[in-house]
Amino acid sequence: MTKGKTDEHLARLAIRTSETCLPWMEKQGVRFQPSLSGTLSLSRTNAFFLGGGKALVNAYYNRVEDLGVTVVYEAQVQHVDIEDGTFRGVDCAIAGAPARVNGRAVVLASGGFQADLDWLARAWGPAARNFLIRGTPYNRGVVLKDMLDQGAESVGDPTQCHAVAIDGRAPKFDGGIVTRLDCVPFSVVVNRDSQRFYNEGEDVWPKRYAIWGRLVAAQPDQVAYSIIDSQSINAFMPSVFPPVVADTIEKLGEKLGLSGTALKETIDTFNAACRPGTFHGNELDGLATEGLEPPKTNWARPITKPPFYGYALRPGVTFTYLGLKVDDTARVTGTNGLMTNVWAAGEIMAGSILGQGYLAGFGMTIGTVFGRIAGKEAAKHVA
Amino acid sequence: MSLETINLAGLDLTQEARRQVEICNACRYCEGFCSVFPAIAEKRMFADGDITQLASLCHNCQGCYHACQYTAPHEFNLNLPAILAEVRHDSWDRFAWPRAFAGAFQRSGVAIGLALVAGFALLFAALVALRPESGEGFYAFLAHTAMVAIFAPAFLGPLAVIAIGLRRYWVEVGGAPIRLSHLRAAFASAATMRNLGGGQGQGCNFENGNRFSNKRRMAHQMVMYGFLLCFAATSSGTLMHYLLGMEAPYGLFSLPKLLGVPGGVLLTLGAVWLVSLKMRSEKALGAASAWGGEMAFVILLGLTGFTGLALYAATGTALVGPLLAVHLGAVLAFFLTTPYSKMVHGFYRLAALIRDAQTKG
Repeated sequence: MTKGKTDEHLARLAIRTSETCLPWMEKQGVRFQPSLSGTLSLSRTNAFFLGGGKALVNAYYNRVEDLGVTVVYEAQVQHVDIEDGTFRGVDCAIAGAPARVNGRAVVLASGGFQADLDWLARAWGPAARNFLIRGTPYNRGVVLKDMLDQGAESVGDPTQCHAVAIDGRAPKFDGGIVTRLDCVPFSVVVNRDSQRFYNEGEDVWPKRYAIWGRLVAAQPDQVAYSIIDSQSINAFMPSVFPPVVADTIEKLGEKLGLSGTALKETIDTFNAACRPGTFHGNELDGLATEGLEPPKTNWARPITKPPFYGYALRPGVTFTYLGLKVDDTARVTGTNGLMTNVWAAGEIMAGSILGQGYLAGFGMTIGTVFGRIAGKEAAKHVA
Repeated sequence: MSLETINLAGLDLTQEARRQVEICNACRYCEGFCSVFPAIAEKRMFADGDITQLASLCHNCQGCYHACQYTAPHEFNLNLPAILAEVRHDSWDRFAWPRAFAGAFQRSGVAIGLALVAGFALLFAALVALRPESGEGFYAFLAHTAMVAIFAPAFLGPLAVIAIGLRRYWVEVGGAPIRLSHLRAAFASAATMRNLGGGQGQGCNFENGNRFSNKRRMAHQMVMYGFLLCFAATSSGTLMHYLLGMEAPYGLFSLPKLLGVPGGVLLTLGAVWLVSLKMRSEKALGAASAWGGEMAFVILLGLTGFTGLALYAATGTALVGPLLAVHLGAVLAFFLTTPYSKMVHGFYRLAALIRDAQTKG
């Protein structure tokens, strides 16, 4: 999955320990539910939180409150003060006013840097300014950068982010789960010039979901258009925004801001390459085009039944890979080996395990597994 | 926590609810909370009738609001419990007959208060004007025939009016012929208030932010079962009177008292509990415009229970006369406002549960 870009020892630790996470989470008040209707055939692999991620966080915060832990809101850490590999305190802004919090141990869990578009553009290239950020606008990597500047050892490709193809009309930040579009395998995807550029039917959607962000990012203006007809409109989960609709392919093209004639030509060529066969939406049906480049190797039904529908696709960044190197106790590595009292959990260290690629739910797994380890180790240190 | 109330002025409620529901349908993470989300997931397009049905099905457990990542300040600005509550209340206005009374008591606590005062006044006047020559117990103050003359129309009339509204509802949501299995499913759900259970019995979010509790569910069921027991007590008295020739007053170990006393206690305590929970709840997560009317309705319900108990406790004292007027006045106000007060929620909610059972086959 990561094509070797992983610390196998840590990856095995995450997978092994994930089994004990579920009952632990339930003990903290987290609730699970059966897999959601219409989700990407994840029923055998994924546990879903009842109410989703915010409900999970609500449960944790309530638990923390019951335990008497102080939570400070509107607080931003600006600098982690480390002397000779030992943490002293953090300089922060609380409701805009400067503040200093000293401590004997710290767990860094401040995410990646995808919301800092300048950083993203420096790392990926100027095209990254056209990316949409699926999560919070506050994920700006301030702590990550501060740690790297102080000599913390890094892992993960600093130039890469994980992006999926999402609804092009999604908000710049925080569009979250609803902006997903599952229509690609049933569609013909073209770029700004109405040209196809990749096999839409390569594999079942969960496996391919992740590569389309990268594919769209490589197209001019970082945009693509997924075209379907009325045969397929109900074959995938509803979109958050209604699709663009038209009675002819030309009109649809114009409504999408494309050349109607060029789109018509691409669709006609595609349709002519389709072969008779039986369509099965939920499996690799082998219904492939013939003599088309690039081919569509599954679910290749001609796009002929009006009304026609179109969705703009843009890359939606889920997370960045650059992170802090940790050992199996989640302790951060500095210039002279392990730091005395600094641990890390979540996206800020996930690059240790996920150097590339993604597996649905694995970010949550890494966060939970290493969050627990880091918490225990830090508590042991100050006890 | 403080919330901005959605500015609903000039907003097409159904259209706004549709916008929110379509966002929910692209997410579906709330599917396990209640019946609303599975019903949403069955559709891709939402006609006005579908929105009415979803709004009526929503029990306002607020679980979806607290779980939602798209609430304000997010630009999607979702507040599903609030918009569904507004659509729901608005639908009761639309279905009400005659239209002139629509919303009169639903949204106004003052109006319910005035109805109550009018009820008292009417009953005191009746007691003075219709004082019987003889009679036992409270019949010494108001004859059975006079009570029937006042309360039979005051009870049956509103029921007929509600039937008109329910018929309109059923047409709008596209209801099918009702089968026993639909009724069984709907009554089972109402009997346990399953939709305030949070999907796993953890309860709803109401009086304590995003923490779950079954307090509101229990308080509601105390009021509901208390009310039903009181209603059964009155019904049993009526049957005993007409069928068995057994007239009031009834002793403690008679059916009307065995049903009525616990019923009155449950109704009174449940209402007090509901009011105190509602005081701690977040107004912006319900129909803010109906808050006063809802509160007054619960108080009125509690008052019917409490004054009934007080009347029984005063047996044989000089207080029976005035307490009878107060109790019957409250009951009268309750009955007459029923088609236009929060009381209709029970009827429409049950209809929505029946309709929901139908769509599940």
